[in-house]
Amino acid sequence: MADQTLNAEGLNCPLPIIKAKKALKGMEAGKVLEVRSTDPGSVADFAAFCSQTGNELLSSNTEGNIYLFDIKKN
Amino acid sequence: MADGDFGNAKSMSIIVTKGSLDWAYPPFILGTTAAAMDLEVTMFFTFYGLPLLNKKLDLKMTTLGNPAMKMPMAGMHVAMPNIVSALPGVDRGATTMMKNLFKKKGVASIEDLREAAVESDVRMIACQMTLDLFEMDRKDMIDGIELGGAATYIDVATKSDINLFI
Repeated sequence: MADQTLNAEGLNCPLPIIKAKKALKGMEAGKVLEVRSTDPGSVADFAAFCSQTGNELLSSNTEGNIYLFDIKKN
Repeated sequence: MADGDFGNAKSMSIIVTKGSLDWAYPPFILGTTAAAMDLEVTMFFTFYGLPLLNKKLDLKMTTLGNPAMKMPMAGMHVAMPNIVSALPGVDRGATTMMKNLFKKKGVASIEDLREAAVESDVRMIACQMTLDLFEMDRKDMIDGIELGGAATYIDVATKSDINLFI
């Protein structure tokens, strides 16, 4: 279960990433952020974001036209 | 912030040379995203990119000489012939249309992206020579920027992992 949820639905590149970074900044290490996005580009972008920042992408799923990401803060 | 929030030690610099509504996007998108990915980012604003540091932004664009710009319109993609682009009011219309398109597609405004850049400690350098050349005033520009020249940029570039010219 996520500790915090970020609704980035309707936002386009690069806003989901920028808002996710802002949310993660305020969280403690080990906590999980769930991001909800409608931007298809965010699938590749959150993988890249996590590989670059060392935060762990626990899951990347699609529900209808919503993309869901669980990110564990490093 | 030298070592960032996630301990990423990489860095990026961008030379920003264009200040039209459309061309203002690539440097601010890449700058804010790199900062979000914890890179140390420097943006050097020169020539027509320099007005992007003015407090009050009034960005415009032109369709003139841009055959690749095909706007979605009534289910088609329409490019503007140059002879039409040159007519009075066409640039204003294209600017309004583009701004509406950004809003409809959930794309941030340049004002918002610049704000995000400031918030994430992106280092912004205004080109002193351009400031003199176009008789612009530092007082009209946002707070937190620095003034510098080519040598300042080169110094940054030699220490950056990524250097872009846009």
